[in-house]
Amino acid sequence: MAVDVGGLSPYDWGPTIRAACFGCGKSMKKIMVCLKRVVDYNVRVRVKADGTGVVTDGVKMSINPFDEIALEEALRIRERGGAAEVVVVTIGPADCQQQLRTGLAMGADRAILVEHGTELEPLAVAGLLLKLVEKEHPDLVIVGKQAIDDDCNQTGQMLAALWDRPQATFASKLEVDGDRIRVTREVDAGLEVIEADLPAVVTTDLRLNEPRYVKLPDIMKAKKKPLEILAAGSLGAALEPSLRTTGYAPPPERQKGAMVADVDALVGALRDKGFLG
Amino acid sequence: MSDYQAPVREMMFVLRELAGIDAVATLPAYTDATADVVEAVLGEAAQLAADVIAPTNAIGDRAGTRIQNGGVVVPPEFIDVYRQFTAGGWAGLSLDAGMGGQGLPYAVGVAAEEIWQAANLAWALCPLLTQAAARTIESHGSATLRRTYVQRMASGEWTGTMNLTEPQAGSDLAAVRTQAVREGDHYRVSGQKIFITWGDHDMADNIVHLVLARLPDAEAGTRGTSLFLVPKFLVNPDGSIGARNGVAPVSVEHKLGIHGSPTCVMAFDNAIGYLVGEEGRGLACMFTMMNHARLGVGLEGIAISERSYQKARAYARDRVQGRTADGRSRAIIGHPDVRRMVVTMKSQIEAMRAAAYCVAADLDFAHHAPDPAARARHQARVDLLIPVIKGWCTETAQQLTSIGLQVHGGMGYVEETGVAQYYRDARITTIYEGTTGIQAGDFVGRKILRDGGTALQALIADMRATVRELKAGGERLAVIAAGLERGVAALAASAAWLAGNWQRHPAIPGAASYHLLMLTGVLLGAWQHGRSALAAVRLLGAGGGDRAFLEARLATAAFYATQILPQAEASRQAIVAGSDDLLALPENQL
Repeated sequence: MAVDVGGLSPYDWGPTIRAACFGCGKSMKKIMVCLKRVVDYNVRVRVKADGTGVVTDGVKMSINPFDEIALEEALRIRERGGAAEVVVVTIGPADCQQQLRTGLAMGADRAILVEHGTELEPLAVAGLLLKLVEKEHPDLVIVGKQAIDDDCNQTGQMLAALWDRPQATFASKLEVDGDRIRVTREVDAGLEVIEADLPAVVTTDLRLNEPRYVKLPDIMKAKKKPLEILAAGSLGAALEPSLRTTGYAPPPERQKGAMVADVDALVGALRDKGFLG
Repeated sequence: MSDYQAPVREMMFVLRELAGIDAVATLPAYTDATADVVEAVLGEAAQLAADVIAPTNAIGDRAGTRIQNGGVVVPPEFIDVYRQFTAGGWAGLSLDAGMGGQGLPYAVGVAAEEIWQAANLAWALCPLLTQAAARTIESHGSATLRRTYVQRMASGEWTGTMNLTEPQAGSDLAAVRTQAVREGDHYRVSGQKIFITWGDHDMADNIVHLVLARLPDAEAGTRGTSLFLVPKFLVNPDGSIGARNGVAPVSVEHKLGIHGSPTCVMAFDNAIGYLVGEEGRGLACMFTMMNHARLGVGLEGIAISERSYQKARAYARDRVQGRTADGRSRAIIGHPDVRRMVVTMKSQIEAMRAAAYCVAADLDFAHHAPDPAARARHQARVDLLIPVIKGWCTETAQQLTSIGLQVHGGMGYVEETGVAQYYRDARITTIYEGTTGIQAGDFVGRKILRDGGTALQALIADMRATVRELKAGGERLAVIAAGLERGVAALAASAAWLAGNWQRHPAIPGAASYHLLMLTGVLLGAWQHGRSALAAVRLLGAGGGDRAFLEARLATAAFYATQILPQAEASRQAIVAGSDDLLALPENQL
């Protein structure tokens, strides 16, 4: 089966490799996709009046967009015969079932909620995910590169380290070849292509794919798909925070700008404010 | 970010707290429609509407439709939207599973319809009409017609139309002249129809026309019309598409609004047609669909008002002009008069939405409640209120889309801003599917006088029960209780006056009809605001939910009670003044 590696990849796969890839090699048994429930990207986030966090009461919540891309990629791999099963997992309060159901409606086969009431730091999340990995034995874990609420960009990397398996972060292209993956990464200098052995952790960037719209009949079917609930405390991972949040505040309102007469005045003004030495 | 975000939280509040979606989900037909599934369905519909459908609204308005090579060409973006819509399985959302639909309650169907219509009214008319035509064929068509057409219409693979109007037969459909002549197991249909919405297009492979026509030996009047199914392309016995039938669009109208919807003059030239229902029962077949169709157009009024409201609200928050008297705000939303306009929109949209969704839930119970007495009770409520929902919601949409434009000042009058389109698009809704006058006549004549006011009195009794609950609900509900009580008194007095006076002069029912319809609508909104306030107080007391949202429900209900509901008393005064002043002017002085 021929594969179009696209214009992004500097690699030439060559005819021999082409013959061996996609769906012709060994198919994975399972892909695990981690979802996070976040404030919807359309919502203008507001800080609570008492500065203890952001307002989430009555605010629309959604799957973290990067995680949605992760799920879309997993589904595409399964749909072309590259994997037998896609499992979506999340960690959080019972309300997170809503996002798992959306994941099931997109096409995941089953879901696991690790129920936990308070906010967890990336290391605790990675520790819990490791427990799920040890329970589920996925061949591939795909997660968003970061969540749009805290922008940590740590969980995928930490999971790979704890699991002691390869990581391929910021993926904009993912190709599976038997028990290896080839990942095009978006890095500062441009694109980097790396190969890794499975099992591995991949974190997704924005351009990897465009997630599908959920179909109405699939929403109805999602209700009947299995959703397992585990208590976070029962998994034996360390959940204690190592950071203490002292307060939340909105950024200061933008001050009105001032016009200056010429370049000299501009330089002078910048110097007065300490922006120039 | 799209300029239309469906108000899913608001919709869910109405469905849960006012329309009783949990009770609907206990009906054997609808056990899948639990609130969590409904919320997921509306959430995904909202996503599709925001990302895919809404951006094509202005495109369709500018591009319009045209005839090319004997067929109608619509904007290419519409074709893509239609493909995604049908591929997503949305076309048959509230059609029965047996028809190939998803079998969700109509109470959920109306919420989804509101979303499509708000996103792109002109485009959404096509799936709306297709559903109506599919329901008609399912209810009245032969087994062969049902097997051949219904599933492919429920999936949206084929679309449907209603071919009723002719130049001399508008509100009076008995004047239809299109002819149908028997020929073996089918008929030959010839004639011309006008104002046929989505009569032709290039979005789907086939178009199924339902055509009202007259047999050569038919008696005069409404009993002389029969309904025929005339496909654009004949369908072979194996279901494949066959030869082109003798039906074609002649022209598309140039209209004030809904430019993206092709309004066709259709020519039928010896076209093969199949009888739907019995000969001479054409109008009767159409009437079974009327409740859905009229509720659907009422929803259009709500949907287009919501779209206009969202734009007006965003503009009012952004537009900096002057400074408020207290010096606190520079955005115009801080000015009391602009605030009045925005809250006027919000409070009436919420009133209309609650009223319409509740009638849709009544329709679900009327069709599926196990107890025959319950079915009859809900059907009576549906029959009473459908003309009110259609007439009141679309008339109110004229005011609200006008206010939406007004909030924008001069920028609203400029087409580029986009808010003028909603004002223009809304204008058709009081006209098609029976003008406001037709609705009002139906309401007073068929729905009130014919049953001696029984259904209306049952509604008044329900409203009075809510007044009692509000009065017992403490200080916060006092204003809402007092307003609703005055409004109910105005309706009761009007109904009593009509019952005692309608036979005094033949013009009295007609003269009172519009005012009585609007009074009932405005009051229906107040009743729903009262019920909403009760629910909000209960939820606030229970300590759950989004407090700011619930507090806003209370404030909106109070605004409606003091600022909108006084219209009810004005209507009462006009009603009891009778028809004398209306008729006093001779025609040559008009």
